[in-house]
Amino acid sequence: MTLAVVKHATCTGCGCACDDIEVHTDGARVTRAVNACELGETWFRDHSPNPNLPPALIDSKPASLADAVALAADLLHAANLPLIYDHGYSTCEAQREAVALAESVGGIIDSYTSQCHGPSFVATQLVGKVSCTLGEVKNRADFLLYWGCNPAETHPRHTSRYALHPAGKFTPRGRRDRTMVLVDVEETATAKDADQFFRIREGTDFEALSAMVALLRGQPVDERRVAETGFTVAQLRALLDRMKAARFGVMFFGLGLAATRGGHGNVGAAYRLAMELNAFTKFVALPMRQHGNLVGSDMVLRWTTGYPFGVSLSRGYPRYNPGEFTTTDLIARGDIDAALVLGSSAAPGFANVPTIEIGPKLTRTGTIPRVQIATAATGVSAAGTVCRMDDLPMPLRPALTSALPTDEDILNRVLAEVRKKPAWYPQLKGEAQIA
Amino acid sequence: MRFLLMPIRSNKQGVQINVGKDGADYNAVVNTMQAHPDDLKELGAASGATIRVRTDVGEATFQVVEAKVSRGMLFVPYGPPTCQLYGGDTDGTGMPTSKGWEVEVEVVSREPQASAKEPQ
Repeated sequence: MTLAVVKHATCTGCGCACDDIEVHTDGARVTRAVNACELGETWFRDHSPNPNLPPALIDSKPASLADAVALAADLLHAANLPLIYDHGYSTCEAQREAVALAESVGGIIDSYTSQCHGPSFVATQLVGKVSCTLGEVKNRADFLLYWGCNPAETHPRHTSRYALHPAGKFTPRGRRDRTMVLVDVEETATAKDADQFFRIREGTDFEALSAMVALLRGQPVDERRVAETGFTVAQLRALLDRMKAARFGVMFFGLGLAATRGGHGNVGAAYRLAMELNAFTKFVALPMRQHGNLVGSDMVLRWTTGYPFGVSLSRGYPRYNPGEFTTTDLIARGDIDAALVLGSSAAPGFANVPTIEIGPKLTRTGTIPRVQIATAATGVSAAGTVCRMDDLPMPLRPALTSALPTDEDILNRVLAEVRKKPAWYPQLKGEAQIA
Repeated sequence: MRFLLMPIRSNKQGVQINVGKDGADYNAVVNTMQAHPDDLKELGAASGATIRVRTDVGEATFQVVEAKVSRGMLFVPYGPPTCQLYGGDTDGTGMPTSKGWEVEVEVVSREPQASAKEPQ
């Protein structure tokens, strides 16, 4: 047993990607993760390499890695419309290989983004957004508005490390230099940290945010309609006064906006409000992203295909259409005939298609994959790059090594097998001569 | 009796995803709903009872425990059971609307079940 300590390890347990973790190992397993929250602690501890894990399963039976890779390539190559679905726990390097694989098999590539903050991207494309890094939040923000999110539960170190409590360059007294307001349908654990909590009626975020924009512009609003949101006009005016008086204001929003009906409209209204506040002061809006490297998936897809999620490569060039090339819709319509799920277990929706699962745990949640391949866990025993919720790339410092290959290795091997097969698109006459 | 369903993310759910989705604790977390005590009384169910939740799309059974939440609302961590309750319609956004579903609730068993998890 060799005791070791790795300092400044990056946690990929959630979108905060905290890079101040001190990981203690006994050479085989993580024994402690100092500075980590409870999510980070279990991320490191429960993703230590498992020596009892078989390298692969085919139809739930232990199989060799070579056989599993070959079958994965066969299934993807034979499919008319395969889907590569990324749960957002792999490194950017692996995600880049996933795009290449999707292109090679003429498939669709999508990520968990389409099922969480996809509407926030659509809102960005409709409205635009004013953004900043979490470092700027820490050093400058003196007003925080959390809307439809509960960081105390989902991002436990968000307030303590980045936003509310830390002392920053222009906020030297930390919490005492900041005001925090929470808007949510329920008085959650985050409310304990807030200076003011507003309970909004479920499904009325768009109306409340739009009323705030109208009041900011000096336009009339209907008091009775505003009251339907749970706010009074006086409350909205007072909140706006606080926002305008800030030196640097930040709105963090979660699935309370993005996952309710008309999510892109809700987030668009939030972005619009943040933008218009810049007539008075500096104000930004940021989504509370989840999963360790879901942002990395968006980034990689953007710089390889031009689009953040829901990208079809079935014509040999990228096409983007939420609602058409997004996982939920593809499954509901029965459009896909094979799927590769990267980074987690396949959801029950994949039960009707042959599925390949690549990830650190060979678990099942409702469907039995044809192929399961075990890989080293991102940040625990696999190196690479992940992106924080503010799009900042963060290097990983894995504390352990694993006998298992990384996601990137496996995708590379599947890609190499696929490339040995005939191309899925028709060869043009005379192509060889042109080449 | 009708409720508004609010699937959520919780700390315990996140911890159990890391531990393993095939564990009993994960299943208990994603199968346990929170409701206002007065709503439970109106349902005639004890804290920890089993309820069946129905939407136009599907149904699932959960344990329900009393918690400090608003009346008329049910809170439950996202998981395989909640996936049964909303369909594949995304209104063209790619994102299934998962929050704010009107659901019909009926009591399956009024007595507490041992697997119900305490509220977060």
